Amino acid sequence: MKRAGFTTRWLPILLLLPQLLIIAVFFYWPAVHAVQSSFFLQDPFGFGSSFVGLDNYRDLAGSGEYIKIARFTLLFTVLVTFFSLGLALLLAVKADNVIRGARSYRTLLMWVYAVAPPVAGFIGLLMFNQSWGPLTEMARAIGWDFKLGVNFNDTATAMVIVSVWKQVPVNFIFFLSGLQSIPKSVREAALIDNRSAVGRFWDVTFPLLAPTGFFLLIINITYALFDTFGIIDTLVKGEPGNNPMTLVYKVYVDGFRGNDLGGSSAQSVVLMVLVLALTVFQFRLIERRIHYT
Amino acid sequence: MTDISQDPHATPARRIKWGRVLDHAILIVGSLFMLIPLLVVLQTTTTTDIETIKNGPELLIGTQFDDNFMKAMFKASGFSGENTGTSMLINSMILGLGFALGKIVIGMMAAYALVYFRLRFATFAFWLIFTTLLLPLEVRILPSYEIAQKLSLLNTYTGLIVPLIASATATFFFRQYFRSVPEELVEAARIDGAGPVKFFIDILVPLSQTMIAAMFIIMFVFGWNQYLWPTMVTTEEGMYTLVRGIKQLTQDLEGTNIPEYGRANMLALIAILPPVAVVIFFQSWFVKGLTESDK
Repeated sequence: MKRAGFTTRWLPILLLLPQLLIIAVFFYWPAVHAVQSSFFLQDPFGFGSSFVGLDNYRDLAGSGEYIKIARFTLLFTVLVTFFSLGLALLLAVKADNVIRGARSYRTLLMWVYAVAPPVAGFIGLLMFNQSWGPLTEMARAIGWDFKLGVNFNDTATAMVIVSVWKQVPVNFIFFLSGLQSIPKSVREAALIDNRSAVGRFWDVTFPLLAPTGFFLLIINITYALFDTFGIIDTLVKGEPGNNPMTLVYKVYVDGFRGNDLGGSSAQSVVLMVLVLALTVFQFRLIERRIHYT
Repeated sequence: MTDISQDPHATPARRIKWGRVLDHAILIVGSLFMLIPLLVVLQTTTTTDIETIKNGPELLIGTQFDDNFMKAMFKASGFSGENTGTSMLINSMILGLGFALGKIVIGMMAAYALVYFRLRFATFAFWLIFTTLLLPLEVRILPSYEIAQKLSLLNTYTGLIVPLIASATATFFFRQYFRSVPEELVEAARIDGAGPVKFFIDILVPLSQTMIAAMFIIMFVFGWNQYLWPTMVTTEEGMYTLVRGIKQLTQDLEGTNIPEYGRANMLALIAILPPVAVVIFFQSWFVKGLTESDK
């Protein structure tokens, strides 16, 4: 709060009211509801529910399918995060290097930010079309009979590629703005100390970009866990079948389609704990950053 | 890094700098990686469905663009005949603009209360609001749906927009910004006899114009691109947004009839264009808002 604040009593309450009301109804109520119903078993025909304690969680831990999906989610998250960060960093360093055409490159590399994930998935369906998709044909040219929606690994590959395509722009924007905020004096000093561009990158630029990188790491993990829902849903055309799926997609499939409210809520709670852990981790990183900068 | 690490003995005149060529090559490949999928969509909106089904995307531009555009905008594919491109476009606009506007107005009001007033429960309100940053809608999607159902908000614009506003991103952003506004400003305003309402409307809001614009762009794109929540909360085809309608398009392409690639791809294009245009035209504001809000 500012020292020279206003002292009116009723006005701030009035100003806060809409925000508090909305989050009470659409944030706290559902969150509490999710935790609560994770301890209950819903009658499939809608005749009430019975308290089952931790059974829903025990079912999750014992379910081979859930463990398999969790494992796939982990792999998916690692791959998407690694490739979208790596590609974006490479492109940002190069875009920071060039002078001619810098603006055009920047625009060309960031517009995909505004494409909705399901639309990205839809475009993926075209690119990987079984009979004439350009990427299917490229795969065929190297002897890979790519079958989207039929072969588990092929579908997973397509999910990763589309998710990376969609995420590179965000990382690019942040890396580029991080690079451009490195002071000229530091760059010039580095130039004198280190003749090789590669050496300069690893010794000077990379450590200076590390805070941005850590921040983006969390953003990318969250993206791969949650925001890829639209991509996955369109790539499997809403029919999960034997296709790969992530934990969030499973929450949706079990709860909305399978009507297993208790199980789905338990899964929601597991994800909540996961996000909370990530956020705490992120806050600690930011705290440390403030010390250094 | 400006590349002056070249051999100092070389003549500075026209020497091909291979490092620079490589930089451009990498950037061009990267740009093509981003752009080619869009070109594929664009090409298939100019040809007939039969052509696309037979040959897929080609290198020539067809003549069917107008035809496909008319089909996309005015022909429905569902049971009710209400999900024409026009209706979905209007719904997307309402969602994007309503979401951005609601988020900014509510966020600014709350941030103003938190920063400029002495409130006894300010810390508590702060934590109450900022905890919402921790949990994305996706993890509490089912209970949210049940609550929307209980409040009979399914298939309404209120149900579509308001639950999405229940997170504090804009509030957090404006709080950070208000705190960076010099304190002398509010002191001067008070000495001149301006009350809190006058100060907010006549001084703080005009001062925040750039921030509001940046936030508006980000929130418009975010709202326009929403998928999971609209999928759950709208079941009537007349309420579909363009992005929500994508799912139906993928299923249409699977149908027993001749898949309407022209119409489907045109609709995908229409779903892409407005947010992309906004991001490209207001690039500097958008980048500023994005990099400053998330840090």
